[in-house]
Parts: sequence; structure tokens; C-alpha cells
Amino acid sequence: MSEQSILKAIFGRLTFESFPIHEPILLITFSVVVLGGLGVVAALTKFRLWGYLWKEWFTSVDHKKIGIMYVILGIVMLLRGFADAVMMRLQQALSFGASEGYLPAHHYDQVFTAHGTIMIFFVAIPLVVGIINFVMPLQIGARDVAFPYLNNLSFWLTVAGAVLVMISLFVGEFSRAGWLNYVPVSNLQNSPDTGPDYYLWALQIAGVGTTLSAINMVTTIIKMRAPGMTMMKMPVFCWTAFCSNILAVAIFPVLTAAFACLMLDRYVGTNFFTNDLGGNPMMYWNLVWIWGHPEVYVLVLPAFGIYSEVTSTFTGKRLFGYSSMVYATVVITILSWLVWLHHFFTMGSGASVNSFFGIATMVISIPTGAKIFNWLFTMYRGEIRFELPMRWVVAFMLTFVVGGMTGVLLAVPPADFVLHNSLFLVAHFHNVIIGGVVFALFAGIDYWWPKAFGFKLDPFWGKIHFWGWVIGYWVAWTPMYVAGLMGVTRRVRHLDDATLQPLFVIAAVGALIIAVGIAAFVIQIVVSIIKRDQLRDTTGDPWQGRTLEWSTSSPPPAYNFAFTPVIHDLDAWYDMKNRGYERPVTGYLPIHMPRNTGAGVILSAFALMLGFGMVWYMWWLAGLGFVGLIATAIGHTFNYDRDYYIQPDEVARVEDERTRLLGAGA
Amino acid sequence: MSALHGNHHGEAHSPDLHGHGDTHGHGSRKGYLIGFALSVVLTAIPFWLVMTGALHNTQATALAVIALAMVQILVHTVSFLHVNTRGEGGWTLLAYMFTAVLVLIVIAGSLWIMYHLNNNMMAMTAGEMSNGM
Repeated sequence: MSEQSILKAIFGRLTFESFPIHEPILLITFSVVVLGGLGVVAALTKFRLWGYLWKEWFTSVDHKKIGIMYVILGIVMLLRGFADAVMMRLQQALSFGASEGYLPAHHYDQVFTAHGTIMIFFVAIPLVVGIINFVMPLQIGARDVAFPYLNNLSFWLTVAGAVLVMISLFVGEFSRAGWLNYVPVSNLQNSPDTGPDYYLWALQIAGVGTTLSAINMVTTIIKMRAPGMTMMKMPVFCWTAFCSNILAVAIFPVLTAAFACLMLDRYVGTNFFTNDLGGNPMMYWNLVWIWGHPEVYVLVLPAFGIYSEVTSTFTGKRLFGYSSMVYATVVITILSWLVWLHHFFTMGSGASVNSFFGIATMVISIPTGAKIFNWLFTMYRGEIRFELPMRWVVAFMLTFVVGGMTGVLLAVPPADFVLHNSLFLVAHFHNVIIGGVVFALFAGIDYWWPKAFGFKLDPFWGKIHFWGWVIGYWVAWTPMYVAGLMGVTRRVRHLDDATLQPLFVIAAVGALIIAVGIAAFVIQIVVSIIKRDQLRDTTGDPWQGRTLEWSTSSPPPAYNFAFTPVIHDLDAWYDMKNRGYERPVTGYLPIHMPRNTGAGVILSAFALMLGFGMVWYMWWLAGLGFVGLIATAIGHTFNYDRDYYIQPDEVARVEDERTRLLGAGA
Repeated sequence: MSALHGNHHGEAHSPDLHGHGDTHGHGSRKGYLIGFALSVVLTAIPFWLVMTGALHNTQATALAVIALAMVQILVHTVSFLHVNTRGEGGWTLLAYMFTAVLVLIVIAGSLWIMYHLNNNMMAMTAGEMSNGM
């Protein structure tokens, strides 16, 4: 056996050339990440935090802690995804005529692919799942989700996927085939490198996590509502979370199947998505968009739920048209399955297919429009308090409506033939995702932060965060609408027509304004933690809330509710306050709780090994990861030590402390 | 609900102490045997149709196999998954029907789209092109 074949057996196709030592941008990023990472590790070791983190957080099955960890993951990945965005804006602002900009083509293509992949799969999904995780069980009066251990596993699988994408930054290359890894670019003959494999394995691993999490949330909502909470007395946020997770359960298997077929194409030489032997690349587009369009609603439905909760709370009114809101959500859930072809009108399906999907797409704007009117009528004659979360609602309505209208425009097939894959389309979906989903996530973070940590977020830096994003969005994307209408296509690294350059310079300035907003967001969190005593809320109900999560302390105890509340009305907590609800202070019973477990972390570590091994053809590592996965999964089934009881005296101690705080505040 | 169910959980437990709070049945031995027999028959027929070519027509055979596969799915659903109108207060049936609708949309939609694409995107001869299709 030659030395070369031994190296190949150990390292697969990983060689010294796989490390981008000749690329200064990556090298600097790498050193910053390594130094920062070492700093964090050193600090954690110095302050002896590893044990605390492992026992209280990493292995936790508490839905609140898992929710917070999801949000942290989302924010960290947001910084990475946004760095990609700034790089693209800079490249496009510079690269005109004789200037080639600063990014070589193969790097630029990875940047736009990574940006989209990260922003959807590792920013939007973790943030949405995180907020649902934290809020939903509290809103339905439950003590945890239906499958607490599964919840922990879902989170760590998502982390494993995110880590794999991050590794691709420094070891080998990421996909250059766009955020959905389109064939034929991602076929083996066109991308023989590791890019599409990183993409596929990262998303397959994270996708398992998302699917399991969705199953968990649906079950929780169906089975664990407090007594008296019928489906039509459930807060709107829970309804939207319910529909969103039903969609996720239904669509992710389609994506997994499409990716699995592409993996087979790339690893064992099948021809599902090639042009040979009856393969068809268009089938890949068809399948990924069967996932892709409902996915938009997986993200935006919970966002609508957040806006509903915030609007109702900060106008001091019951939500206008609760049942119409619920029905609109359900209708969107179903209609979102009938529109996927509008992502590829130009592929040549002909008039009858295109008109069906075009009309279905236009129809879906009706329930969405109805929701906008519901929020407007909720605000009408309300006593509106423009606290941070409410500001995001107003910005959302003004921004999102424009995105909705350009969406209806794109739904007209002949118009789409002009605008397909133009920057107009890119501006449209950034308009709805930033204006719809991202604003909601910030509203949600501002709104529920005091519930999670017991103190409000600093309003000064919150306002800078808010204005940075809102102004930055409009400055960055309005010129892109214009450029798109004039025919500039997406994913272009270099343009010849120098008259277009001002548009891209303005867009770059917009991105910098958003950067100010993002910086202010990070500063807001740091400042709020430093000033936490001034921002402290001892009541657990800082906004005069209306739903159940505000009835318990902030942060809520591990068991959420000492006694499971009984529900008589929608807006249960408002109803309880109105009826002069007295908090019971004696007669506590033992509370049955799930026990923490490290199995989720271990399984995800093995999944990461499997993924990394497969990407680099290190078959021994992949095999080890796979065997480890199976062994740990089976081993964990023999772990019978899964639950414990919080004793009444412990409950009494926690509840007495709350009684004292409530008394001190009054 | 059934003999097996009773044996499994015993009569000593009161309903509220029931392990996982589940109320659906786990099926009876008779139900499983009927399901198994039907599945075997429904698997054997397609094999027989294909191997003997009894219908003397490829398309008819394919359609028959697909039809038998659908019946097979229903048999599994009723006998092994115990989907009925009462389980979990109707949620099981609702979820099943929702899934069925979505699968139908996905399969029918994909077939429709890909059929159109194949028709419209076929490589054309020079004659077809000059005729303006």
C-alpha cells in the first residue's frame, strides 16, 4: 500500500490544498474566528462555566432554555449571514466596467449561496422555532413540550448542521449552486468539489432536527392545552405556530427526499437529476419548491402570530376578528400547497399550468390581506403604546404590504417572464422576509425578553436597532427593485453598464445602515444586561399582557405554573385579571418533570462526524459517526431515569419568593 | 376496547393513571391477522400479474398494480395504524385525511407539471420549428 493510498484512506479527499491559505479574506476571518473562539473557551474555563453550561443548558430539556438557545444560535448565524450580505453589496457596488471588484467568481458564488442557505435554515428557522419553543407552552398553560428530550435533540441537530456550514468556510468550499443547491450546477460533473456535499449533509442533519421539532410542537398543541382551552380559545400565536408546524411536518420529508436523490446522484452515480438515462433536473426544482413555497409560510405564519399578540397587547384591546384570523391562517396553510410552480413559470409548463398556479398565488393574498385589516381594526380606537414591539408592527405593515403587492405582480405569469430571476424578485422576497419575518422576530424578542430574563431590553438602543433596520431596508432594497425592473438579473458578480452603478452604491449604503441596526441590537442586549437592575420587572406582566405567559413570574420557574390554570376565555390572563384572580399560595403538589439528558448532544456530535466524513470521503469517520448514532440511540432507550418530582416544599419556596416580589412591587 | 388492550394494561389502573394518556386502541390479534392476510394477498396478486403477464397489456397491468397498492395502503391504515373516526377525538383521521390530500396534490401536481414540461420542452425538428409549433 503506497503512502498516498494510506493518506487517502485516512483523510479521504482532504489535502493541504483544501485549506484556503492563499485567500487573504478567508485567512483573516479564520484567524479572527479562531482567536475569538479561543478567547471564549479560555473565559469559560477560567470562570469554570463548562459544568454549569453542560448541566443547566446543553443537556436541558426545559423548553424555555432550549428556546433561548435556539434564539442565540439564530443571532450568531445572523451575524455570519449578514457578513455575507455586506460582502455581496460591496462587490456589486465596486464591480463595474473595468473594475472586477474584490471577490473572485468562485468565492462570490459561494458567498451568495451561503447567505441564502444560512439566512433561511440557520437564522429564520432557529429564531422562529426558538420563539415558538419558549412562548407556546407558556401560552397554552403547559409545563413543557410533549417530547422534551426530542426537543433537545432537535436543537443540537440544528447546531450540527450550522457547524458543518461554518466548517465549509475554512475547510474546502461551500456550494456555488444558489441557496437551494440547484441542479445542474450542483451535479457531480459540474461541481465535483465538496460544496454541494457540505450543503446536502448540513441541511439533511438540520432538517431531521426541524422535522422532529415540528412533530413535537404539533403534538404539544393538540395534547397539552390547559383545561378549558378549546382550539378556539387558543391564542393566535399558538394557532399560527400550530399551522406552521403542521406545514413543516408535511414539507420537510419532500425536501429530504429530493436531497437524498441528489446525494445518490453525487455519491453512487444514479441519474435522478441529470440529463442521462431518463433523469430530469427540472424534477429537482419541482420537488424543492414543493418544500420551498410552504416553507415561506412556515416562517411567516408565526410572524403573523407575533404581530397579533403584540398589537392586541399594546392597543389594550382584544384582537379584532379572532376567528377570521384563525380561518385565514388555516386557509393559507392549505393554499400554500397549491402555488409552488410560480417559482418556475419560465420553465415552460405552458399556459394552463401557469395560469392555475398564477391564480392560486393571487388567491393566497386574500387571507393575508384580511389579516392586515384585522391588525388595523385592532389598532383603531385603541390606546396604542408605541413601545419597541409595537413599533415593529407598524413598520411591518408599511413594509410588508409593498412586498405583498410586488408578489401579486410577480404572480402574473407574463409579468414573471420579464421579472423572473431579476433583482426585482430578489427585492420582493427580501421585502417580505425582512419586512414580514425579521421584523416580527425582533418584535418577539423585544416583547418576550422580559418574560425570559426578568428585565426589559434597553429602549434607547432598541430604537436605534429599529430605525437602522427600517431605514436600512428601504435604502438597500428600493434601488434593487429599480435595477430589477431595468433587467439586472440576480447572482451577478460583474456588470458592464456603469450607469447602473449609483443604484448599487445606494444599496451598499443601505446595507451599512442595516449594519448599524445590527450593531445596535447587540449593544442593546449588552447594555440591557449591564443595566438589568434598572430595567427589572418583578410583576411578570410588564406590558399589561393578555395571554397566559404573563400570569407567571419572569423568568418563569422550571415548572412554569404551580397550578395548571383553568381557561374560561380567549385572552385568558386578561380574563383572570378582570375576574379578580387570586394566586393560590398554599396546597402545592409534587410536580412531575422530565430529567436532563446528554444524549441529544452526543447524537448530534456523531451526526456531525457522519456528515463531515461523508463530505470528505473519509469513510472510516462516516462509519464511526453512523455506528455511534445507532449505538447511542439504542443505548438511550435503556435509560429509564427520565423524570423526577419537584417536591411541594421546593415549589413553596419558589412561589413564596414570587409572593414577596409581587408584594414589594405593589 | 379489545382483548389485547385489556390484557396489556390490566384492569387495576384507573383511567387517569394511564401511562401516556393515550386513549387509542392497539388493535386485536384478529385484526392484525386479517390485515396480514389481506396484505399478503394484495402483494401476491401484483407479483402474479407481472410475472405471468395475465392481462396481456403493460399499461393495464401497471394500473392494476397501482390500484392494488392503494388498497394495500388502506389495509395498512385500518389494520396496523388503527386509524378510525374515534381515535384521539378525531385528530388521527383528520391528520390522515390532510396527509392524503397533500400527497395527492404533490403527486398529481408533479405529474401534471412534468408532463407539460416534457411536451413543451421536447427537442424539436427543424420542420416543427419553422411551423411555429
